[in-house]
Amino acid sequence: MTRPFLPGFLIALGILIAGLLVAFLVGRYPVSIAELLDVLWSRGTGRSSNVSPAVENVVLLVRGPRVVAALLVGAALAIAGTAFQGLFRNPLVSPDILGASSGAALGAVLGIFFSLGVLMIELFAFAGGLAAVAAVYLIGSMLRSRDPVLVLVLAGVVIGALLGAGVGLIKYLADPYNQLPAMTFWLLGSLAGTTVADLLPLLGPVLIGSAVLLALRWRMNVMSLPEEEARALGVATMPMRIAIVAAATLVTAASVATSGIIGWVGLVVPHLARSLVGPDFARLLPTAALLGGGYLLFIDTLARTIAPVEIPLGILTAVIGTPFFIWLLADMQKSWSS
Amino acid sequence: MTLEARALSIGYSDRVVGHGLDVTLAAGEVLALLGPNGSGKTTLLKTLLGLLQPLAGAVLVDGRATSELSSAELARLIAYVPQVHTPSFAFPVETVVLMGRTAHGGLFSAPSAHDRAVAADAMERFGIDHLAQRPYTMISGGERQLVLLARALAQEPKFVVLDEPTASLDFGNQGKVLSEMRALAASGHGVLFTTHDPNHALRAADRATLLRAGECIAEGPVREVLTQETLAALYDAPVDQVTDSDSDTVAFLPG
Repeated sequence: MTRPFLPGFLIALGILIAGLLVAFLVGRYPVSIAELLDVLWSRGTGRSSNVSPAVENVVLLVRGPRVVAALLVGAALAIAGTAFQGLFRNPLVSPDILGASSGAALGAVLGIFFSLGVLMIELFAFAGGLAAVAAVYLIGSMLRSRDPVLVLVLAGVVIGALLGAGVGLIKYLADPYNQLPAMTFWLLGSLAGTTVADLLPLLGPVLIGSAVLLALRWRMNVMSLPEEEARALGVATMPMRIAIVAAATLVTAASVATSGIIGWVGLVVPHLARSLVGPDFARLLPTAALLGGGYLLFIDTLARTIAPVEIPLGILTAVIGTPFFIWLLADMQKSWSS
Repeated sequence: MTLEARALSIGYSDRVVGHGLDVTLAAGEVLALLGPNGSGKTTLLKTLLGLLQPLAGAVLVDGRATSELSSAELARLIAYVPQVHTPSFAFPVETVVLMGRTAHGGLFSAPSAHDRAVAADAMERFGIDHLAQRPYTMISGGERQLVLLARALAQEPKFVVLDEPTASLDFGNQGKVLSEMRALAASGHGVLFTTHDPNHALRAADRATLLRAGECIAEGPVREVLTQETLAALYDAPVDQVTDSDSDTVAFLPG
């Protein structure tokens, strides 16, 4: 029997709430639940709180923006991964596959190389991500093939490799004392420097892209069928694919521009969400968003607490993601051969 | 209502597969398309469905070229039952059938209560309503073929086009699918299917079209078109004919 929706959704919601609590409470400056609720309550009602200003600062200024950013970036990457996996009918696909992440990386590294401001670096990352996907798509549509999806994925791999070489070249040319550490830090992914000002440029694109994908939820179900079947069912697959790729890329690029490159979330979380509520996008997208937010909140709390120095997020997600990927591969091999 | 192809050339931008093809399918009739591997059956099917553009000629529904219709308009006229395959994701059977309703809904809409009722009727008609909540990946090949038939019916089309609907089924399910195709025609649909078995054409079809190397070599009522001679010529292989003198039923044996 297929899985009922509510239990799975509630589990995802529970994980998100647990992630939020852990992210607010745990750290070098421990905060109690009572203090957290007091600060949030007084903030919401406008009354003055009973807790010390230090606690208030930790909750609202230090951890607050970072918690919101982790929530949004995790949800964004999970939603984009869910969309890409459905569109490419391949559960091993992730937002990196069309070059979105590597394009954003090259853009950001260029921004750092030219010593631009933070906002310009984010804009460069954003433009890089969109340009890379556009290039991949152009190649895919120029090489007409019976299997357009395979051509797209391979074009993504090739463009990704080229962009990676570009990143390597700029790192090689960069000032090793001022620029290289910033680049490395950014390429490994981190939410450490997040401020309230970073949240709006993140929130807007994530909301727009997610709203588009959620509105197309039923079409996305049909798009996960083979191309010709989807067309025979009345879906104009070409414009639909462009719309879904554009929305998912927008969401990815916005999150990469904020947090740097955090791999694996977009691969791992959609699988967990699918195992909770099944493959229907109407259920899958909201569940993946909650789960992705909760997942990255836990990862980010780990990143800032398990060692005296912050551990880059990309490293933690890779340590968790690699064994998961191998398990997935073995599991799929099993179902292919049976 | 008729689905017609006139002077159709089919193929891909770099390769012509067939030319000069005329096909007529009327409402309420079953047409079988036979031919050896590589004769262009699938290419013709895809061109009739509007999945491939004709290289020359046109596909017409009631005299109107299908190339002028949108995907959704076309899907409300012609449903496609592809060969059974294993999908990537484990959608419940009900959702797969509901996908047949896509062309009836708006761009941003999900299936309505009416859509669910139509899908439920289609599942009941093919006797698969008890499978509604089972994942499509976990049912048998015969059941999947019935699910795809139910999806085509839920599409509420005028014509149903099936690609080798009996190919991967056991003997019992082959019979079931053949009689369901007859039932679709009886309810006013025009049905077109490809097959490698002339007996299936004799059993289910009113007319047959024989395709060899991209050309139509015979076309007409099944009993007239499907003879020992035409089949031997079509497949370039010896064929035996068995006739039951009481019922005048004919069957062919290969080899």
